[in-house]
Formats: sequence, C-alpha cells, structure tokens
Amino acid sequence: MNTLIKAEGLSKEYGSGDAVVTALSEAGFTIEEGEFVSIMGESGSGKSTLLSILGGLNSPTRGSLEVGGIDVYGLGSEQRADFRREFLGFVFQNFNLVEYLTIGENVMLPLATTRIAQRTQREMATRALGRVGLEDKIDRLPNQISGGEQERVAVARAVVNDPPLLLADEPTGNLDSRNTGEVMKLLKELNEQGMTVLMVTHSEACAAYANRTMNMADGALAWASPE
Amino acid sequence: MRLTDIALLNLRRRKGKAIFLVAGLLIAVSTVVTMRTLVEAMTHDINHKLEKFGANILVVPKTETLSLSYGGMSLGGVSFEMEELLEADLAAIANIENAGNVAGVGPLVLGVAEIGDKRVLCAGVDTSVVGILKPWWKVEGELPGPDEVMPGVEAARILGLARGDTLFVAGRELTVSGILASTGSQDDQLLFTDLKTAQTLFGKEGRVSMVEVAALCKDCPIDDMVNQLSGALPSAKVMAIQQVVKGRMAALGQLKKFSLGVSAVMLFVGSLMVLVTMMGSVRERTSEIGVFRALGFRKSHVVQIIFTESACLSLVAGVLGYPLGLLITKFALPAFTEGRAVALPLDPVMAAGAVGLALLLGLVSSAYPALAATRLDPNEALRAL
Repeated sequence: MNTLIKAEGLSKEYGSGDAVVTALSEAGFTIEEGEFVSIMGESGSGKSTLLSILGGLNSPTRGSLEVGGIDVYGLGSEQRADFRREFLGFVFQNFNLVEYLTIGENVMLPLATTRIAQRTQREMATRALGRVGLEDKIDRLPNQISGGEQERVAVARAVVNDPPLLLADEPTGNLDSRNTGEVMKLLKELNEQGMTVLMVTHSEACAAYANRTMNMADGALAWASPE
Repeated sequence: MRLTDIALLNLRRRKGKAIFLVAGLLIAVSTVVTMRTLVEAMTHDINHKLEKFGANILVVPKTETLSLSYGGMSLGGVSFEMEELLEADLAAIANIENAGNVAGVGPLVLGVAEIGDKRVLCAGVDTSVVGILKPWWKVEGELPGPDEVMPGVEAARILGLARGDTLFVAGRELTVSGILASTGSQDDQLLFTDLKTAQTLFGKEGRVSMVEVAALCKDCPIDDMVNQLSGALPSAKVMAIQQVVKGRMAALGQLKKFSLGVSAVMLFVGSLMVLVTMMGSVRERTSEIGVFRALGFRKSHVVQIIFTESACLSLVAGVLGYPLGLLITKFALPAFTEGRAVALPLDPVMAAGAVGLALLLGLVSSAYPALAATRLDPNEALRAL
C-alpha cells in the first residue's frame, strides 16, 4: 500500500503571549491508502482541529502535511481549494446541506466549478445517491427528508467525484442509533470499495468500524490500536 | 449544476430580499430616468414656447443717437432719416452657419402716414411669415395684401376704421382688410400693410427699416446666432431679446442642476441599500460559503456567485426602471408644463443607459460584500455552524 497522508510535527496554537492555547501538539503519523482510521477524544481535545488541518482548511502553526505526495500547506489558498475539490470529500456533523438546493443539486455542488457537462453531473449525482440508497429522493429539498437521510446525502456529496480521501467530522453526532448504524455501514462499504476514510468520533461503537484508532487528549495524539 | 444556477436558486429562495434589492435599485434608476426625461421634455416644451414666442432677434440699422421703444422692449435706434438696410442684403441670413435654426425672417418698413389730420405709424410687413414671427396675432378679417391695410385695434378706433373701409395714404387708396385684435403692445396703435405696398408708399423700394428673426435655439446658443447674423450683415446691429431667452434658459439650467442633485442622492441611497443588504446576505450565508470553500470553491467562484446574483437583480431593476421612469414623468410632467401634453418618445439610448446604470450600481455596491465573502476563513465559517 502507498502512503496517502504523511504528517510531521503538526502543531496548532491559537492566541498569543500568555493567552496561547495549544489545540494540537507535534502530531506526526502516516496513513496508507485504503485505511479506515478513526480519531477519538473528548470535546476540545483537538480532533476537529486535526481534521480541519488534514482537510487543508486550517494552516498549522508548525509542521508539514503531505497528501498524495502534495505539500498541502505549500500550496496557495486557491490551489488548496483545487486540492480539496480533487482529493477530498467532506462529511460534516451538521450535514451542512444547502437548504435552497435539492438533494441532487447538493450532491452536485463539488462538480459546480468543473467543466463536467450538466447531464453527466446529474448521472454522477444519481450514482452517488444510489450508493447511499437515496436516488429516488433526488428532487426533494433537505427539509423534506429525515436527519439520517440528510447525513447520507452529505456522504453522497462527499463521494460524488470519487475522491481518494474521505474526511468525516462526527458524522453520526446528530443521529439516533438506527441511523448511526446505517451511516457507519455506508462508510465501511466505501472503505471496502477502496476509499481511505478518516473519521472523527467520540463514540467507541463507531470507532470500532475503523481499522485503526487514534486517541487525542489536550492536543496530543496517541495510537490506540496498532500503527 | 453551474455557479449561475446556485446564484439563481438562492435568489428564488430569498424572494423577499431579492424584491427589496430590486426595489431599491428600481427607485434609484427610475428617479434618474424621470429626472432626465422630465428635463428633456421641459427643454422641448420651452423650445416650443420660444418658437411660439415669435421673433427673438432684431436686426436694425446701426445708429449712434436715436432709440425707439418697440414691443415693450428697448431696441436699437431706428431713424426714418437714416440709411435703411438693403433688402437684398438679407439673403445673406440664409448662409449663416446656423441657418437651419432660423425659423423665419421678417423684414419691416416703417413710415409715418397722414390720414386726415392724424399721423400714424405705418408698418409694412411680410405677411407670409407673420404666423411665425407674431403667432399671437388675431385678425378680425384678413391680413393685408397689396393696396390693403390692417389697423391695430386702437388705431382703428381713433381713425374710425372698420373692415371694408377705404382710406388714402400718400394719395393712394387702400382698403381695410381686417382689424388686428388687441395685443397689449404698440402693435395696437399701428397701421399695418403689405411690405411692398409700404415700400412704395414711403419711397423705400428695396430697403427695410428693421428685420425680425425667429431663431430656434435648442441646439445653438442665441449669442452664437447673433454673432453669425452680425457677420452676415455688417451694416446692421443685431440684438437678441435677451430677457426671454436667457431667463428661460437660466430656469432650465437650475432645473438641470436640481435633477442632477436628486439623481446623485437617489443613486447613493440605492447603492447603500444594495451594499447593506448584500453584506447582510454574506453574513447570513457564512456557513454556506464555508461549505462551498470546503468543497473546493475558489474565492473567485464565491465572488462570481455574489456578482451573478447582483447582476440579475440589477438587470431586472434596469429593465423595469426605464418604463417606470417614463410613467412617472408622464404623470409629473403636466405639473411642470401648465397642463400641456408633451410627447415622451422612447429613447433606446436612455433605455440601454438605465440598464447599464443599474448594472454598474449593483456590481459596484456588491464589490465590498463580495470581497468580505472571500476573506471568510472557511474553517471559521464552518465553526460558525
């Protein structure tokens, strides 16, 4: 397997002087292609900060990050946007569907800035929604489906352009146990189909779906399961 | 799915805000259109009135000492003993640069006629241009032809003349063709006759005492016309009836300045409305913009969405602003033209200008909100959820 993520000495500090808060301290690890890794920790432990740094959304104070051989923070702001579009799929805890767009349009969002034809975009969206079992709800608005379905739509949006890496920030945080199980099975299926998945969670049951788990406490990282 | 679709779908969803923005731009654009069309219509109306006012330039022989009051205005001197203007010289008027603005040229011969024991000022006029030069004249009967006279109402009363009467001037029998109704001017005391008849009566063949010129001054300053006529007639003194022209033009100039001021204020208010509303919209959509950025939208893509929304609304405001402005002008104009109907022709240039103005206003006012949107940190935007 090839290394997909290589992080070295990643640190993130907020504030200055005496008011400095260390959200992430000297994190270093590698993740191989096709892995399913969970990051566990209490609220405020720094796991979301780590995920946002891995997603190219939050520049680290120190350290370096390579994804697919690309020095992410060596890129300019606009090139990093291109990197996110081509390499990453994001699943947010609050679904973050755009409420005035239909389910299909939400799934097509990552394709809106590409040159892909409209018809092909719709086919890709239908296929992605098919993977999460919601192709029949393509023309509905987000407020016309349940919370569990909204999270599955968020997953479909994250995988519509088949990115090599899926980042999920507490994807089951707002779901009941039945929907949690469905979303986790979905992430596992995607992983089994070859997609690398990195998931932040504070649920041990969800973390159990991963091949490896990282534990975070006070910004420090430790492998809970074998590296 | 294109960026344009996102912009249009957002507008469709936020109808209230979109209508508010269109209304703001619409008020600004239609005010500018109203002010502009109002000023143009009033300019047209004033020019029309000036034409109706008749002669507004007088050409008299150059003189050093004498003066004569005519038409209630102080004119240059006219002396019956002086050398008059040569009628043949008047042909040069047709060759001046602004000859196209000359609506009518009326040569006039003055002489004193003795009727019985009374002396009366007799004026020979070119009756073919009386309609242009003295449009306010109302004649009971006909204008005088050869061997005919038309006394003013006061002259007719004092001389005891009625239509069809005959009288003798310099031994020549003349018939009263009609009576000039009261004008409230010196014309009431004059005896008018045909130009050729007057020239023959007073022995002034080929000569005229003065010339009245009606100039249309929409496209040329009256002073230019005066200078051009002075150049064409070096032996004459040319004067504009300044009180009329300058007074009306000054009033129009004030109105133009006022309309510019009102337009500027409305444009400022309109752009402020767009700015504030778009800024509010950007703040309201912070998380949405964060999601866009997380999904790989560049800053330029976010700007494109905001500008597309703004351009669409501006386009609607521009397209509606022109007809609305015309409609307002149509209702407002009678108040400025004393109830007279003035035509409001469709002006494609102004229509295009209204659309262009709305677009410019919308885009310029959206520039700062768009910039603010690009400055949003996507990570902060997502944390704002």
